[in-house]
Amino acid sequence: MDTETTKQTRTLVVVSAGLSKPSSTRMLADRMAEQTVAKLAKLGVEATVSTFELRDTAIDVTNNMLTGFPSPKLEEVVDAIIAADGLIAVTPVFTSSYNGLFKSFFDVIDNKALEGLPVAVGATAGTPRHSLVLDHAMRPLFNYLHAVVVPTGVFAASEDWGSSGDSHSGAVPSLHSRIERAATELAPLVAASNRSREVRDPFVLDASFSPTGHYTID
Amino acid sequence: MTNSQNTPSAARQMQFGIFSVGDITTDPTTGRTPTDASRLRDVLTIAQHAEDVGLDVFAMGEHHNPPFFPSSPVAINSWLAAKTENLLLSTATTLITTNDPVRLAEDYAMLQHLADGRMDLMLGRGNTGPVYPWFGEDIRQGIPLALEKYALLRRLWREDYVDWSGQFRTPLEGFQSTPRPLDGVPPFVWHGSIRSPEIAEQAAYYGDGFFSNHIFWPGSHTAKMVGYYRQRFEHYGHGSADQAIVGLGGQVFMRKNSQDAVDEFRPYFDNAPVYGHGPSLEEFTEQTPLTVGSPQQVIDRTLGFRDYVGDYQRQLFLMDHAGLPLKTVLEQLDLLGGEVVPVLREEFAKNRPATVPDAPTHVNLKAAAAIQQAAESAESIDLAGVK
Repeated sequence: MDTETTKQTRTLVVVSAGLSKPSSTRMLADRMAEQTVAKLAKLGVEATVSTFELRDTAIDVTNNMLTGFPSPKLEEVVDAIIAADGLIAVTPVFTSSYNGLFKSFFDVIDNKALEGLPVAVGATAGTPRHSLVLDHAMRPLFNYLHAVVVPTGVFAASEDWGSSGDSHSGAVPSLHSRIERAATELAPLVAASNRSREVRDPFVLDASFSPTGHYTID
Repeated sequence: MTNSQNTPSAARQMQFGIFSVGDITTDPTTGRTPTDASRLRDVLTIAQHAEDVGLDVFAMGEHHNPPFFPSSPVAINSWLAAKTENLLLSTATTLITTNDPVRLAEDYAMLQHLADGRMDLMLGRGNTGPVYPWFGEDIRQGIPLALEKYALLRRLWREDYVDWSGQFRTPLEGFQSTPRPLDGVPPFVWHGSIRSPEIAEQAAYYGDGFFSNHIFWPGSHTAKMVGYYRQRFEHYGHGSADQAIVGLGGQVFMRKNSQDAVDEFRPYFDNAPVYGHGPSLEEFTEQTPLTVGSPQQVIDRTLGFRDYVGDYQRQLFLMDHAGLPLKTVLEQLDLLGGEVVPVLREEFAKNRPATVPDAPTHVNLKAAAAIQQAAESAESIDLAGVK
């Protein structure tokens, strides 16, 4: 009982840009989340997981791009991510990159709001030939936002769901072990994060701000 | 009933009026697009009609790119000053970032004389990227430009000879802006911003007015911005938070029967600049202060604004955009002035604390300046007596 009350808690947000229901993108996202929760438990951290399918806010994202403000439904998702200790972001590959919904969603979030956020990325496709999407599309996006992306990204091609990796050479670990490795990298960053306990002041002004001028933005 | 009350000297707790963005938009129901000339003529007619129906304020936008025509609100307001008797002529907004503050000081002081004090102005930064380089500025410096240029503008109206140097303009040595402000009272300034706390901070620092657009974003957002401004107004020692000078925008379309209003306005809404082809009329109505319905619905919704911004001084409505024909806009003004505003005046007056200042006008700013001057000279007499 005592250990439970003293247990640390962290929030983990999972975002899936899968468009079909059910979707293998969501399936990958859930597996990455499960493994991360398990690794956090080993570190003595209890994780609260919130999972969002971006298709549920697809129209809200478009409206936000046109009007400049989020609907209450979208605001809830965005606020959850901003105040999370960790993010698992998974997209299907469309036309050699993340899909448009995934990009549009991150486009409507304030570009300073995810600074320092620990992130694990994942992607799904019909063929393993798209796997560089993780490093050539997703990683630069999160780097631009100054989020902290763990070294292992998880790519799941259709064939990965029925394979145990390349057991002969050992050169390609199984999907399960790739997920586990990403989770092992993400968990300590989530455990060390205090983002969910930070108080955010939307009116905080730059330290050099002066209402009368003599102030430049570099 | 309403018109006789509207005299320039009448103290108003709250001013009601309209603001125009000056868009030239094709009427989606007829396919007709106004020319620059016809739209300008319509706007002038609309402004004069606003006075006829007993409204207090007309505010004109400033834009330098199509589909907007009003590049010079000060020229439009100068013409209107000659054609109206009571209407207070303001702007929504005057671009503080890309105009020269020296030019602004002179132009608006000139307007102040021409309008016999029936004017003020609202400063804004403008959010059209290319306008900045077209006027030799850099949009990334939008906030520093607004801060420095306004600091100079204020001094030009308050000091007879100004020595000045800064980052964004040629230095001045012994410069006097002419004409000097009417009765020595500088024009009242509102600072407009949708979401920049720096501008709310600037308005609070000087004790100027703060205007929230209140059209494109949810009321909850406006509440936060106004709340911040009020708190900082008190911090800077201009009075208590409820004495800060607040203005709000708003957007309505009315017919006697609310369903007629919805049916008639929908094609204009769906094709409007900025939010058209996005959220539905119903979603936008729910998420922003837009009200489409009967005059009573507009009254009820507008009275609700006070619940989240406190007692305030100025309410402007957007009525003439998105290609609405002149005849329709004039009918809207008849409803606004005839049925809505008289009730709003009466209802907003109820439970309004006496400590909340009236809406700013040249007349009450002049009176306040006289009182302050008398107090200062009384103080110096006292000091002399003590000695």
